[in-house]
Amino acid sequence: MPTVAPLDIDGHVVSTHFLGEIPVFATAAGNIHRLDGGEKVTEAHQGLLTCIRDPFSATLLSGGEDGKVLRIGHDGSTTLLAEAPRKWISVVAGGPQNAVAYAVGKTSVVRQNDGTVKEFTEERSVEGLAFAGKGLRIAAARYNGVSLHWVGTNAPAVDLDWKGAHTGVTFSPDGRFLVTMMQENALHGWKLDGKAGESRHMRMTGYPAKVKSLSWSVKGKWLASSGAPAAIVWPFSSKDGPMGKAPLELGTRANIMVTQVAFHPAEEVLAIGFIDGMILGVRIADSKEALLRRPGKGAITGMSWSASGKLLAFSSEAGDCGVIDISG
Amino acid sequence: MTEQTTEAAAAKPIPVTVLTGYLGAGKTTLLNRILSESHGKKYAVIVNEFGEIGIDNDLIVESDEEIYEMNNGCVCCTVRGDLIRVVEGLMRRPGRFDGIIVETTGLADPVPVAQTFFMDDDVRAKTELDAVVALVDAKHLPLRLKDSREAEDQIAFADVVLVNKTDLVTPEELAVVEDVVRAINPTARIYKTSRSGVDLARVLDQGAFNLERALENDPHFLDHGHDDHVCGPDCGHDHHHHGHDHHGHDHHHHHHDHDHDHGHHHGHHDAMSPIHDITVKSISLRGGEMNPERFFPWIQKITQTEGPNILRLKGIIAFAGDEERYVVQGVHMIVEGDHQRPWKDGEKRESRLVFIGRELDFAKIEQSFLACQAKATTPA
Repeated sequence: MPTVAPLDIDGHVVSTHFLGEIPVFATAAGNIHRLDGGEKVTEAHQGLLTCIRDPFSATLLSGGEDGKVLRIGHDGSTTLLAEAPRKWISVVAGGPQNAVAYAVGKTSVVRQNDGTVKEFTEERSVEGLAFAGKGLRIAAARYNGVSLHWVGTNAPAVDLDWKGAHTGVTFSPDGRFLVTMMQENALHGWKLDGKAGESRHMRMTGYPAKVKSLSWSVKGKWLASSGAPAAIVWPFSSKDGPMGKAPLELGTRANIMVTQVAFHPAEEVLAIGFIDGMILGVRIADSKEALLRRPGKGAITGMSWSASGKLLAFSSEAGDCGVIDISG
Repeated sequence: MTEQTTEAAAAKPIPVTVLTGYLGAGKTTLLNRILSESHGKKYAVIVNEFGEIGIDNDLIVESDEEIYEMNNGCVCCTVRGDLIRVVEGLMRRPGRFDGIIVETTGLADPVPVAQTFFMDDDVRAKTELDAVVALVDAKHLPLRLKDSREAEDQIAFADVVLVNKTDLVTPEELAVVEDVVRAINPTARIYKTSRSGVDLARVLDQGAFNLERALENDPHFLDHGHDDHVCGPDCGHDHHHHGHDHHGHDHHHHHHDHDHDHGHHHGHHDAMSPIHDITVKSISLRGGEMNPERFFPWIQKITQTEGPNILRLKGIIAFAGDEERYVVQGVHMIVEGDHQRPWKDGEKRESRLVFIGRELDFAKIEQSFLACQAKATTPA
């Protein structure tokens, strides 16, 4: 049976991530809580809006109501990367070679490790940013589509257009697909390696609520999503991605919405967090479910697996967080 | 009041007040008053630019107006994307404030702001649109109405209108402005102010979109008893008529100045005379008890087909055999309705509905409305 080590934090916790074997929790108030031989707390922001794991390094990247962009280490140390006074920074992304990107209004700012700064301005506000896995290329989600920029060149942007507001963006691990979350209850995808003239769009619709959480399985065979009373898992293993295919629906509950999804780092097992605080673990192969945590005080806002895949940290909007040991 | 009130809700949604008005109408002055006067409440403020807000408040958020059309084929389904983001951030720490105030730019369309609080599920779950407050510069309103549609929209869409800077106009000019505002929006509460000097209790916590409170204390809505309907200058049934003779009525208007304070419905066609630029009109309908099986399909249909032309609608409906008043309100294609309270003894059980919008066919709407009555009648 999995065992849960609870961690109660005051107020809304925005996300949780493992740095090495240390689970880190980021609160909306701006504090960073670490479980590193006991609970340690450091103050990072005056109001924190986003805190993500940099996929290219063992650090976190955060943005806040104080206009600051920070890099946060496993020891809780913070490095100020940029500051935009009086602006809210709610979109940050980590890229190769310690590059960092953040959005201020209509502008994406990319800061490279050597301090070089490059700005890309869109016609509308930037709502999501993601770096491609290879090469220094960034995708900016905005109204009516996504703009793709090569950071190192002055080449014009590649515009991927699709009507509507795109509020988040992710590349598939192999870089062949780009998927956005939308203001309406849908995902939209583009096949990036298609031949000229080939249909590149993928519409993924049918959600009863907005999609706020996406997770790629190991090697990118599946893309799991929230936004329904089940995790909606799209198949991406064929060359055309999910086009013409139905998604899996995992961990279905009558009327209880899924708020977070997180794939295991090595196996095709999905952690599914619900609006009532419950967490299920589901194996793709046979849809077998395991209860990892009973309902709690509030919606699950974040989940993160340790590198070994034995521990799952979770955060909640009511502050009742914890770490689940599934090896027991 | 001894009437039964609402049950205390568990997690009360945070009220949101929207301030509209042209540059120079007095929005910043009003905002500074709200932020600085001692009323025991704290507000988070979302502004387009920090501008001249001289108050030290760490809950002033600058946000770029970002209008999103919803991809559902409905042209009037627009929301403010930036508000969704900012409200989501604010509501993660709700203990910091008692309410949210959204200040819009002078040229802003108030509709996407309001619709955000109905159309986005996350925003709607945690907040409640309280009222749209429009500030009008008494001196410059006639000019504004000539050069922009936004000024008219802001008035038409408001629950509360502050006719501000009254110290800069003569009583006659003020009477004209007030009549113009009333003609554009017969349901709004109007206050005449200088330096945005209004009792803040008349601006905040209005519950104008709250079905339990809406229309309950709305003197203008209830006072229209003597009119079959109220209309603006382009009202279909007589606009040819007054288009020809209103110049001659300017003088009449001045003769009537002594009674403008209670006579604005009778006087407003005359008062319109100096201003030819109003395109919004309102339709006020009155009928008997309604058959719900006719009324609901009707209101659905009319808001679907006429939605883009409807800015606001409000009404109190009496259903045959129903012991409770039913209230409806809407913005474009969004309509909400609910039972409000039992009819009081002696209260006349009739149905009233006001539409504010453009290019609405009064005769057609009235006829189809009256056809929803339990005992059908034809228009008088």
